[in-house]
Amino acid sequence: MNVIADIRRRELARGRRVTVVLAVAVVAVFALALSYGDFQISLPDVVRSLLGLSTPPGVEYVMHELRLPRASVSALAGLAFGLAGAIFQQLLRNPLASPDVIGVSQGATAAAVTTVLVFGVSGGGVAAAALGGAVVTALAIYLLSWRKGVGGYRLILVGIGVGTALTSITSFILTRSDVKIAAEALIWLTGSVNGRTWAQIVPLAVAEVILVPLALVLGRVLSGMQLGDDLAKAFGVRVEWSRFALLLTGVCLAGMATSAAGPIAFVAFMSGPIAVRLVGGGRPVLVQAALVGAVLVLASDFIGTHLLGARQFPVGVVTGVIGAPYLLWLLATANRSGRGG
Amino acid sequence: MPDNRHRRAVVLTTGLVVVAAALAGAALLSLAVGARAIPFGTVLHALVSPDPNATVDLIVTESRIPRTIIGLLAGAAFGLAGAVIQGVTRNPLADPGILGVNAGAGLFIVIAISFFGITGLTGYVWFGFLGAAITSFVVYAIGSLGRGGATPVKLALAGAAVTAGLTSFTTAVLITDVDAYDQFRFWQVGALANRGTDIAVQGLPFLIVGALLALGSARALNALALGDDVATSFGQNVIVARLLAAGAVVLLCGAATAMAGPIVFIGLVIPHIARAITGPDHRWLLPYSMLLAPLLLLLADVLGRVIARPGEVQVGIVTAIIGAPIFIILARRERLAEL
Repeated sequence: MNVIADIRRRELARGRRVTVVLAVAVVAVFALALSYGDFQISLPDVVRSLLGLSTPPGVEYVMHELRLPRASVSALAGLAFGLAGAIFQQLLRNPLASPDVIGVSQGATAAAVTTVLVFGVSGGGVAAAALGGAVVTALAIYLLSWRKGVGGYRLILVGIGVGTALTSITSFILTRSDVKIAAEALIWLTGSVNGRTWAQIVPLAVAEVILVPLALVLGRVLSGMQLGDDLAKAFGVRVEWSRFALLLTGVCLAGMATSAAGPIAFVAFMSGPIAVRLVGGGRPVLVQAALVGAVLVLASDFIGTHLLGARQFPVGVVTGVIGAPYLLWLLATANRSGRGG
Repeated sequence: MPDNRHRRAVVLTTGLVVVAAALAGAALLSLAVGARAIPFGTVLHALVSPDPNATVDLIVTESRIPRTIIGLLAGAAFGLAGAVIQGVTRNPLADPGILGVNAGAGLFIVIAISFFGITGLTGYVWFGFLGAAITSFVVYAIGSLGRGGATPVKLALAGAAVTAGLTSFTTAVLITDVDAYDQFRFWQVGALANRGTDIAVQGLPFLIVGALLALGSARALNALALGDDVATSFGQNVIVARLLAAGAVVLLCGAATAMAGPIVFIGLVIPHIARAITGPDHRWLLPYSMLLAPLLLLLADVLGRVIARPGEVQVGIVTAIIGAPIFIILARRERLAEL
């Protein structure tokens, strides 16, 4: 018994350490994103500006109009995608089951592309369409897979079916459009945090203030559910209700983030597995996954903006390039010490 | 229960014959239907003794025969590869793209278009094949690093991660090169039209070897389905079995993707449909997948020619639109055969 308690204590300690390190990393990259650029702002000035104290000329504008919105939307969207991905992957017990695989992101994308390319809407209408697309798609998937309760396996398969149909609608619209407009749509489809305004960021921030704590509270039942539906029921977890509430929270997070920044590629999919391997022990890692997502998006946007030469790349191009090798490296090293799988 | 098993074998064999007959019918339909409907009699005449001066005969020999052949070959390849890869990774979500086949093919094709200025389909399909092969090899190598070899979860994650990385590179090139994107968006959808028979002929050797490897690994896949430990205790060399099966997937998908573009959905859905008929035994599952996939693909292609006359809807789009509801109905069945 002592051994088990010991191992459990060590796992918890490791989880806390990882959380602290990740939180420090988020703050560090956030600060870097605010201070670095064509117009350098020293870190003390960054802090003074954030606190509303007087700063050298120009700082106020660059900070509040350009960099702070961009860094905020990066952090918030990354947080939301990472959390949503981890919720889906752990609830459905499949590492491939993130919202960008099982149809939710595809719903947001198809709705947004349709409003832009078919109806010619732009601006706030697109964001609303993306959010609506995500929620409607998720509800459709949930209802279609309902059969005296929702089986996780059935939900995933139905989600993939719905997602594929939606993707082909998007592709169809793209092949029927003028190539210049389609190329612009491609940037949105990849995910970009360029030129975001507070009007887009505030709704996302408000949503997260409500949804993130909700997800973490509901997430406590996750460790019960991971045992499988029957065992979870035996332990008194109200499986259906908890699953629905958690999935809905995840969908809203993913949908809000998509409407603000586009479906930033692979953040939802990669954050969970990276966090699991950092923490070890196979416990739910919602907090860590959210932080991994935030670091991933912030760092990717910084690289895409400053480190790839004269041309600026949207953040969604870079997330895959830096996230994928890191996940692969974790996979390879975890294998060697026997923690793989 | 030898009697029961015998009866089951008879039923499944009959079913296979029925599917094969339906496939032959779909192939004929694919020759006859299009922007210009051609009576079956004329089609048969054009097949047997084509008249080089008759427009109708030319449509059949120059346009409809190549696309039907490519539909048959690519469909069979995607279906078979899908069944094999779901068996190897023991993951019902695995599709032929999971080894990075499509992402690798996509990136190399974009490079061919953007950096080497290659524009014809015949020019860049083999870049696609090369990219598919290299990527699958890398995914398999990373997935099998360390002890334990290529376990299902590691393979699936490695494949999805490599796909993520390569797709990002592809998007980066496409964002900077509008002309390349203009070509790529049409390849990406997946289509059977405007391919010459030469593409089919060049791909055929790869497909034959891949199909033989896949069909030959049916028993090994049955053993792997029980778990690595049980498979080993049955005298199955797990690593060799996985390697051969993965090799089959690379050959089949690489060639099929080069021919028709990334029509992933077929490889994902058909094995589930086939499994609903045959149960989990790969000795039946593989042949059924191989015949059902081209059936769906050809019917989807025919439908795509009819619904948007005089234009066409690409087969990849039609496949997804008609395949998705079938797939959802199947997924809702009470006793969907799980892996």
